[in-house]
Amino acid sequence: MYPSSFDYHAPATVAEVLALLDKHQDDAKVIAGSQSLVPLMKLRLSQPKHLIDLRKLPGMIGVWDAKGALQIGAMTTHDALEKNELLKAKLPMLAEAAGHIGDRQIRNQGTVGGSLAHADPAADWPAVMLACGASVKLVGKGGERTVTIEDFIIGPLTTALEQNELLVQVVVPVPAGRVGAAYEKYPHPASRFALVGVAAVLTLDAGGVVQAARVVIAGMGAKASRATAIEKALVGKKPAAESLKAAAQHASAGLEVTDDSGGSAAYKRQLAAVVAERALVKAAARAGQARA
Amino acid sequence: MSTPTPKLFGSSIKRREDPRLITGKGTYVDDVKLPGMTYASFVRSPHAHAKIRSIETSAALKLKGVVAVYTGKDLSEGGVKSIPVGWLLPNIKVPAHLPLAVDKARYMGDPVAVVIAESPYLAKDGAELVEVDYEALPAVVTGSKAMAKGAPTVHDEIAENVSFRWSLGDKAATDAAFAKATKVVKQHFINHRLIPNAIETRAALGSCSPGTGEVSLWLTTQNPHVHRLLMAAFVLGMPEHKLRVISPDVGGGFGSKIFIYPEECAVVFATRKLLRPVKWVSERREAFMTDAHGRDHETDAEIAVGANGEILGLRAKTIANLGAYLSLFAPAVPTYLYGTLLSGCYKIPAIHVEVAGVLTNTTPVDAYRGAGRPEACYLIERMMDLAAHATGQDVVDIRRKNFIPKDAFPYQTPVAVMYDSGNYQGSLDKALQMFDLAAFRKEQAEARKQGRLIGVGFSTYVEACGLAPSQVAGALGAQAGLYESASVRVHPTAKVTVFTGSHSHGQGHETTFAQVAADELQMPMEDIEIVHGDTAQVPFGMGTYGSRSGPVGASAIYMSVQKIKDKAKKIAAHLLEANEADVIYENGKYSVKGSPDRTKSFGDVALMAYLAHNLPKGLEPGLEAISFFDPGNFVFPFGTHICKVEVARDTGKVKLLRYVAVDDLGRVINPMIVDGMVQGGITQGVSQALWEAASYDENGQLVTGSFMNYAMPHADDMINIELARTETPSPVNPLGIKGAGETGTIASTPAVANAVMDALSPLGIQHIDMPLSPSRIWEAMRATGK
Repeated sequence: MYPSSFDYHAPATVAEVLALLDKHQDDAKVIAGSQSLVPLMKLRLSQPKHLIDLRKLPGMIGVWDAKGALQIGAMTTHDALEKNELLKAKLPMLAEAAGHIGDRQIRNQGTVGGSLAHADPAADWPAVMLACGASVKLVGKGGERTVTIEDFIIGPLTTALEQNELLVQVVVPVPAGRVGAAYEKYPHPASRFALVGVAAVLTLDAGGVVQAARVVIAGMGAKASRATAIEKALVGKKPAAESLKAAAQHASAGLEVTDDSGGSAAYKRQLAAVVAERALVKAAARAGQARA
Repeated sequence: MSTPTPKLFGSSIKRREDPRLITGKGTYVDDVKLPGMTYASFVRSPHAHAKIRSIETSAALKLKGVVAVYTGKDLSEGGVKSIPVGWLLPNIKVPAHLPLAVDKARYMGDPVAVVIAESPYLAKDGAELVEVDYEALPAVVTGSKAMAKGAPTVHDEIAENVSFRWSLGDKAATDAAFAKATKVVKQHFINHRLIPNAIETRAALGSCSPGTGEVSLWLTTQNPHVHRLLMAAFVLGMPEHKLRVISPDVGGGFGSKIFIYPEECAVVFATRKLLRPVKWVSERREAFMTDAHGRDHETDAEIAVGANGEILGLRAKTIANLGAYLSLFAPAVPTYLYGTLLSGCYKIPAIHVEVAGVLTNTTPVDAYRGAGRPEACYLIERMMDLAAHATGQDVVDIRRKNFIPKDAFPYQTPVAVMYDSGNYQGSLDKALQMFDLAAFRKEQAEARKQGRLIGVGFSTYVEACGLAPSQVAGALGAQAGLYESASVRVHPTAKVTVFTGSHSHGQGHETTFAQVAADELQMPMEDIEIVHGDTAQVPFGMGTYGSRSGPVGASAIYMSVQKIKDKAKKIAAHLLEANEADVIYENGKYSVKGSPDRTKSFGDVALMAYLAHNLPKGLEPGLEAISFFDPGNFVFPFGTHICKVEVARDTGKVKLLRYVAVDDLGRVINPMIVDGMVQGGITQGVSQALWEAASYDENGQLVTGSFMNYAMPHADDMINIELARTETPSPVNPLGIKGAGETGTIASTPAVANAVMDALSPLGIQHIDMPLSPSRIWEAMRATGK
């Protein structure tokens, strides 16, 4: 648990971060809440020569209302998001999901930006953010660009971040109308990462029929991905218990599921269906209660 | 013998050590810092089995800050010998175990070299620069596969990888019992491997005095004197009196800190070479790979039932996976700590058990909380349930019918041991007062109608602890006696220091031992200091394991205190100018019968013992005593645990609904501390049943090598545990104590497994091996097609 030697930098501006990234290239690693990178460094699986700490950057922590969307600073901790009043009011699923990440110590340190940039396939943030249709703001030497989560996360521990780019903000649209969202996860008994996590966002029309559905599965593939078969099965139907159950059976459709220490492929498909049903039931109930 | 009114014995006094430990003021090995200290990092085999062709250390030695690099060859040339085994069985084959592997590495994590550097970081950097040329060999990881023809040989000199074959019981009588059985029930069990995970990882700091050659070794050990004796006499070849072992505050052990490990041997070797302090602190990853693991049995069991539901006989054939080398007490665990407990709390006329101790390319296996007794308890308690089902009996009725009655003690079992005292019916009755079984069966029937699976599991257990009568232990193969020592020193101001050979690594001895001494001396606990864990202060000690600190360690203190009181009374009688027979000691004061106004305080007596101006003729000055308590028998705690669970049909997940534990631990010094021990033990046992499991792949790679994939219990996995006790004092020690450290772990695992099988019984499922993980249970449910 002794990392190899590195230089530590704590710049005060984004420009300085970018300059350091530019200078040290692949020898540099950005550090946010340290909950993913430092364990890898302690096992010497990651041996960056330069560590660029983002803690002194201004404007990186907080949640801001931005007309139809919430902006979340990349350095905001899971714990702060769990307790954030604006988030609880406008996007309660995100606050709920934040409360089920790791344990209290991890939530006190870990950040939403760090989790998204790390792109663990079993992490919670990529799933809920994808279900919400969120985007990330990336800043590089050439300026700023906005990328949807769908495009941002490429595969396990792989994102669209360029070597000299920094994730500074997550932008999450606030849904209007009869929308209900829920995130359910079945945790690994040791790590508490999702064996299966399902985020569901359902929109009902005035007649109570599912108008739109965004359902995302985490933990079962190379990255969190849309369960399009579930979505298709739901749209145009009333969210009755039987149809939610039937739709949930499609949870692992199109996913390559293999036997491993988490269980057989058949078991994992079963879990995905169970967890998906739980998420759909909760989301549908919330949508039903939401005001148009 | 006068019996003063107990004041502290039996009271839930808060642990005196806790303010120190929970405010960061404890002294663990890693807290000790010495001038000029260097740090060790071990180069470990990434292979489970590999020939070591060569080790190249020059690059590491060139790194600035690296002080030295040693290999197994250096140690051998320096006179370091094989790590010994402390319990030998007839015809046992003991493989050499050099602290650093020379020719072959035999498990993933086997140390092959050590780098000493100016900082732990540089030591690690240096370790990465040591180039070892390995030739990977096929590995074997399970006991049964290691015994099969054509299996890779772990030690060339041990054919078929079998270190020993051992049996106990009357084979002919057992065969006869099975011949007349009306029903025979067979079951194959895997009692899987566990990793101890003490919160403080192992650590060693050695410091050799350049002037005298004396070595001080700060070490995470449960038995510092045993460590000193064995390391000095066998491994290092250094005079015992030149080695001081200090085990300051130690953060948990569960058995894993009993044994002699390679690292402390290498640390002492290095400090003697370098004449600089050398510290090693195990990384958590190393702890997973190298702390001795627990359990790992494969067993074929058979139970013979008579026409009236009575148990006639039991057979068990067990393959015990011992890992790559024989750890210190490895041979004792699956034999004398296992086979001797197979009678459970039942009258079983004939029992026969055969055990093969097998070497594999895995981490060595040794005592882990319960050590052999959990394996025995799991086997007999599961077999009682299976026998009940096979013969149409209720699981409670079959137990009652076969219990050893309370008037049958001491009770000689057919597997060598004699139970000291017991009241198994009483314990079960009390548990059933707490858990309304009839109401539960109604609830269960209702739930089943709704398709829900709820179940109840019983574990009526007995275990043997308080190790042990030295003569018996010696006859069974122990290479040491298992008494305990205590020295009590009364200072001139009547303050008292107790030096105990027991060792606290969480047990709370500083509190409980002071309770025992304070009652007997009739003085406040605050005036009594408990000293343990230092071979330079404590005369001798066998240490703490096998729930022996109370029954053996505290008894030794009690004996020394009696000697102190005897001498003090002589001095008091002299000062009071009275006959000793007329002197009474009450509330800390000596007085003469009939004239309560003439008194001398204990303080007056203690002071005079040292001033020595006015002592009885012929009495030596001073007030100090040492005792070695060697018990006449083991102690046998027992009880009834009841677990209620629900199994989710959709995920296979087990939810604990209730847990009731009625334990009989004899007399209890501190109920609060014992409650904590029992709760912790139950949690560990439940965890084996449901969550924890060490797993290797077929190449011998430890798959569960971190907390990311080895499922330790989380606080929110557990439920409130309902505790109660009965009290049947043990006759084998003066305090009537039975030992409490391991009962929870021993009793709980089968209670949970039995509950899960009861829940699954409508599906026709009789048995699933542990851990009863959701996926395993779901697969079993799916296989029934129901």
